[in-house]
Amino acid sequence: MAALSIRALSKRYANLEVLKGIDLDIESGEFTVLVGPSGCGKSTLLNIVAGLDRASDGTIEIGGRIVNDVPPKDRDIAMVFQSYALYPSMTVRQNITFGMECRHVPKAEQEKAVANVAKLLQIEPLLGRKPSQLSGGQRQRVAMGRALVRDPLLFLFDEPLSNLDAKLRVEMRMEIKRLHQRIGATIVYVTHDQVEAMTMATRIAVMHQGEVQQFADPDTVYRYPANLFVARFMGSPPMNTMRARLEAENGGPVVVIGAGRPDEVRLRLRGYDAAAPFVGREVVLGIRPECIAEGSRVFAGDAPIIVNAPVEMVEPTGAETIVLLRLGGEPAMARITPDIRPTPGASAAFALDTRRICLFDPETERLIA
Amino acid sequence: MRDRTFAPSRILIYLVVSLIAAAYLAPLAVVVLNSLRTNEEIAQASMIGWPKQWAWSNYAAAWSGFCVAETCAGIRPYMLNSALVTIPATIISTMLGAIAGYAVSLWRFRGDSWIYGIVTLGLFLPQQMRLLPWTIVLRDIGLINTLAGLVLIHTIQGLSFTTLFCRNYYVAIPHELIRAARIDGAGFFRIFWRIILPLSSPILIVTVIWQFTHIWNEFLYGVTFTTGQQQPVTAALIALSAAIADIPQHGVQSAAVIIAALPTLLIYLLGGRYFVRGLTAGAVK
Repeated sequence: MAALSIRALSKRYANLEVLKGIDLDIESGEFTVLVGPSGCGKSTLLNIVAGLDRASDGTIEIGGRIVNDVPPKDRDIAMVFQSYALYPSMTVRQNITFGMECRHVPKAEQEKAVANVAKLLQIEPLLGRKPSQLSGGQRQRVAMGRALVRDPLLFLFDEPLSNLDAKLRVEMRMEIKRLHQRIGATIVYVTHDQVEAMTMATRIAVMHQGEVQQFADPDTVYRYPANLFVARFMGSPPMNTMRARLEAENGGPVVVIGAGRPDEVRLRLRGYDAAAPFVGREVVLGIRPECIAEGSRVFAGDAPIIVNAPVEMVEPTGAETIVLLRLGGEPAMARITPDIRPTPGASAAFALDTRRICLFDPETERLIA
Repeated sequence: MRDRTFAPSRILIYLVVSLIAAAYLAPLAVVVLNSLRTNEEIAQASMIGWPKQWAWSNYAAAWSGFCVAETCAGIRPYMLNSALVTIPATIISTMLGAIAGYAVSLWRFRGDSWIYGIVTLGLFLPQQMRLLPWTIVLRDIGLINTLAGLVLIHTIQGLSFTTLFCRNYYVAIPHELIRAARIDGAGFFRIFWRIILPLSSPILIVTVIWQFTHIWNEFLYGVTFTTGQQQPVTAALIALSAAIADIPQHGVQSAAVIIAALPTLLIYLLGGRYFVRGLTAGAVK
C-alpha cells in the first residue's frame, strides 16, 4: 500500500514558484530521504505533507485518503523538528503526553505508552526533567519519543540532526536507522546532507529548484545520477565532471578528454551502447574520485587503464589521500591509498576505473549512459 | 583593579549629574517635607523648610478625615475607586494584549501585519483627541460617570501598549513550537494556555507594571468622565485643593499626594528589577 502519494503538487508564493509539480509515491515501511541544497523546496514539501502549509495545486494522499483539507492533527502523522521544538515549560513526560492529552487518550493508556517509548529510546531517567536540563542528543531522543508515542502512519523528520555536533550526528544517524529497522515505520526525512541521505534512505528523492531530479534507491542515485546536478550534489568529494569528445574506434566508443592536446586522455568504454548517437559529439564525462586511484591499484575485471597525469595538490585525510590532478588539462580529484603521497608539480601514474564512468548530454545535462 | 583616582573630568561629570538629580528630586523633597509640617508652620515660614515638629496627623487627615466635595472621608474612597479601576483594567488589558500579541506574532493570517499596525497606531494618538469619541461612546452605552466606564477606556486604550510589548516578546519564540503543538492536536487557545503563557512571566510583569502605573496615574479621563464620588484619586486631589481654597492646607495636600503615589511606588519597588530585565530579555533560551 502506498503510505504517501503526492500528485502534481505545486506551491506558489506571489510570483515565486517553490514547488513545480511534484509526483512521489512512497510505499509503506520505506525510509525516504528528500535531499537538496537549501531553497530547493524540500522543507516546504514536508510542511505541505504535514498540513502546516497549503499546496497551490495537486493532491496529497496519506494511507489512501486525500488529506488536502484535513488539519495536521487528523492526518495520522508525527513530526520531528530541527530545533526539536520541545515545550520548554513542560517536563519530558508532559512533552511526550501532550499530544495524547489533546486527543483525550485515557490517563492509564498514556502512562503505558510513555513507558514503552521511554524504554525503547532509553530515556526513562529523563522523564521528570525539563528540556533545558537535557543535552542536545537527549533532546533529540525526546523529540523522537514524542513522535513515536503517537504510532502514526507516517513519520516526518525535518533536518533533525543538523543541530548536533559531528560525532553525535553519526551516532543518532545510526540510531534512527536502527529504529526504522526495528519498528518498520514509514519515514519521510528531509536533509541537505547527502551523507545522511546515502546512509539512511531506502529511497532518495534529490530535489533542486522545486523539482524532483531523481527518485531512486541510494545505489542507483550514486551510480547512475539522472543528471549533472545529481551527479555533482551526491558524493563527497563530488563527481568530477569535464567536457570530453566521444569518438568511435574499432567499432567501440572512446571518450577523449582534452582532444587535440599533447596530453589528451583516451578512454575506451565498454557497455555504453546508449552513447552511440553521441559519437562525434561533445559530451560531459563524469568520473567519481574513487574511480581514479594510484597506478598500482587493480580495479576488478579488466586490465587496468593507467594514465600519467600532473599532480597539483595533495590532501592527506588520514583514511585516504585526495589528489588534485589534471586529466587532459581538466581538473579532477582522485582518492588514493593514504600512504601514497605524490609530489605536487610532478607527474604520477593513476589507474582509472572506466566501467563506472557517466556520460551526460551537454545541452540537457541528462545522463546518456 | 579599577582606577580610583578622580580626574578633573570625572569630578565635573559627578557634579553635573548630582545637580540634575537634585533638581529632579527637589519637588519630591518639598512635598515630603511639607507633608510632615503643620499648616501654621508652613504659613509662617515658607513652602520650603525643615519640619520643626513631625506632623504625622497630616496623613491621618488626608487618609480619612478631610472633606472633599461635601463628604469628609479623606481620600480613602477615591483610593478605592482608583484601585477598582486600575486592577481590572490592568488585568484585562494585559490578558487581551497577550492573546493579541500571540496571535499576530505566532499565527500568520491574511492582514495580520495590518491589524498589528492599526492596533499600535493607538500609541501615537494624543489623549485629547480621543476625549470626544469616548464621550459619545460612554454616553450611548450609559457608562458616563461610572468606574466601569473608566475600566472600559483604560482596557481598550491599554491594548496598544500591551499588544506591542507581548508581540515583541513572542516573535522571539520559535515557530516550530507552534507547529509541533498543532501536529500534536492543540488549538489556538490550548497552545496559548499550555505552551506560551508559561513562558510569558517576564513580559507579563513588565506589562502589568506599565499598565498599573499608567492607569493609576491617569488624570484626564478621570476628571473628564467622572464627578463627585466616582472620581479616581488623581482627580480627587484637584477637588481637594478646590475644597480648601479658602485656607490653603499645604500639609494635608502634600500628605494626600504622597498617599496617592504610594501604590505605583510600591509596584515599582517590588517589580522594578523584573521591569528592566523583562524589557531586555529574550523569550526562550
